[in-house]
Amino acid sequence: MSNPLRPSRTATTVRVVFLVVAVTLAIGPVIYGFLLSLRPYSDIVRNPLSLIPDLGSLDLSAYATAMMDESQGGFGLGRFVLNSLIIALATVVLSILVSILGAYAAARLRYKGRNFVNSIILAIYLFPGIVLSVPLFVLLARMGLTRSLVGLFLVYVATTIPVSVYMLRNYFIALPESIEEAAMIDGASLPVMLRKIILPVALPGVVATAIYVFMIAWNEYFYALLFLVQEKSLWTAPLGISRLTDFQVPVPVLLAGSITVTLPVIILFFLAQRYLVDGLAAGAEK
Amino acid sequence: MRERTSRRLGTQGRENRNGQLLSAPTLIVIIVSAVIPFLLVIVFAFSEVRLVDIPRLGTEPIDWSLDNFRRAFANPAFRASLWTTILYSTLTMIGSVGVGLVLALALRRPFRGRGFVRALLLVPYVLPVIAAAVIWQTMLNPQYGLVNTFGQEVLGWASPIGFLSTSSYEVLGVRIPLTLLVIVVFEIWTSAPLSFLFITARMQNMPSEIEHAAAIDGASGGQTLRLIILPQLRGVILLLCLLRFVWTFQSFSEIYLLTGGAGGTEVMSLKVYTELVTRADIGSAAAYGLLMTAVLTVLLAIYVFVSRRKEEA
Repeated sequence: MSNPLRPSRTATTVRVVFLVVAVTLAIGPVIYGFLLSLRPYSDIVRNPLSLIPDLGSLDLSAYATAMMDESQGGFGLGRFVLNSLIIALATVVLSILVSILGAYAAARLRYKGRNFVNSIILAIYLFPGIVLSVPLFVLLARMGLTRSLVGLFLVYVATTIPVSVYMLRNYFIALPESIEEAAMIDGASLPVMLRKIILPVALPGVVATAIYVFMIAWNEYFYALLFLVQEKSLWTAPLGISRLTDFQVPVPVLLAGSITVTLPVIILFFLAQRYLVDGLAAGAEK
Repeated sequence: MRERTSRRLGTQGRENRNGQLLSAPTLIVIIVSAVIPFLLVIVFAFSEVRLVDIPRLGTEPIDWSLDNFRRAFANPAFRASLWTTILYSTLTMIGSVGVGLVLALALRRPFRGRGFVRALLLVPYVLPVIAAAVIWQTMLNPQYGLVNTFGQEVLGWASPIGFLSTSSYEVLGVRIPLTLLVIVVFEIWTSAPLSFLFITARMQNMPSEIEHAAAIDGASGGQTLRLIILPQLRGVILLLCLLRFVWTFQSFSEIYLLTGGAGGTEVMSLKVYTELVTRADIGSAAAYGLLMTAVLTVLLAIYVFVSRRKEEA
């Protein structure tokens, strides 16, 4: 007797075809962008449909042109990438530090005001962030911080904390409580226990959250545009690439820049994929 | 006996203090970056403030007025924008959750390489929005883009189509908002992976026994899906619809980078930006933002109502 749960051959074929189409649609455009970034502009215009470049005519000059400083005839993306890297790493450090404390309290400790803090974090998660951009811009402009990386950094920390508290809390909840109880009985204080016992066990979750925060800061465009559009030397990579379109930059250079900012994100994502997937979807499991 | 109670109170007091101490930094950040700004939005929306007034803010009395709202409602462009945003968010919500659901169902059964396929499907979600926008602009370019050259050379289109700058296009006698639909497809492309992830997570927690029993009783695949799987997914689908609507309703970068508001895609968030930056009118930008919040609050109320009713039923 055949297993009643086993799908028929037609069902399997339909499923396979569907998945092939889905994967093609998902990564096809990215591969298209990558392939075009390897060809000279004149070649793209002449043969827009010949996607596979011949090995002989592979051309990496678009990457060099995109990254090089303007004084060397490039478009200065190297500098913008550096700005992005600095601000994203700084955001990760502060956001994760604050979030570890908040998330642990939310996951484990019963204290007065706990429900209030938890529900306000959830509310912010749902709140239209664009509304807050107006007062945040005004406040930071009043302090003279809108035309600086510091102002942008503060906004990134503030906007990533709710989501990283939320993710970390889910990782902490999933840890067995017994290890903490054992540590408590041994008389460990809370800071010692957090550092020596909780963090090592929760490390995959912390790293995954850190990567997620990094990706948010690295990809962010709106506040960078709002704050830094006048300060070319401070542009982040996404802002830099988007501003290049104003200067009649050839398409391969734009694509080369896009692929350059994409690579770190894709690599980090594949490294942390398993933990990230768990953390991102944790809210849906109830 | 008494000793034990007092020690328990002691631990509880310590836990209370530790909890408040640990959550204090988070709470302070949220108050400074969200609660106070939100109160300020209300103040700005009901007063006349412009960018040039920033250095004097806080030193002069507030000039209360309803003018920002009066002007917004009297402006046909504002009403058009609100409608565009609602249409855009609704279509994206349906598409994103729908595609996510179908993907999750297709990947339910384990097979070799499933993890890798899943990771590939998530690529559009993790892609920086700037890269996605540049690639799509290239793909849709009228001169050398893949879609238009393929359409002309293979499908026999008479002329290239301006996918990112056509507010109305006739297909088989029906006029469609072409560019708006293009950005809807773009947004579905980038956001469906997250819906897929949420639904997959929920599916992994579904007991397989019911399904197995149904299959033994002779239920068809369609019946199992409709009567057993989908009802269990109702909660997560409802939640995803809410989240996707809220997030799409305020999405800015996607549209700003792809079309800059051309082709009938001037959504509310672009309006907020234009009021603030181009027209330098803080009050008006705040009023627009506050009206967006009002729309979303109504939606949230509907969600709470619907999910409550589900629990009672």
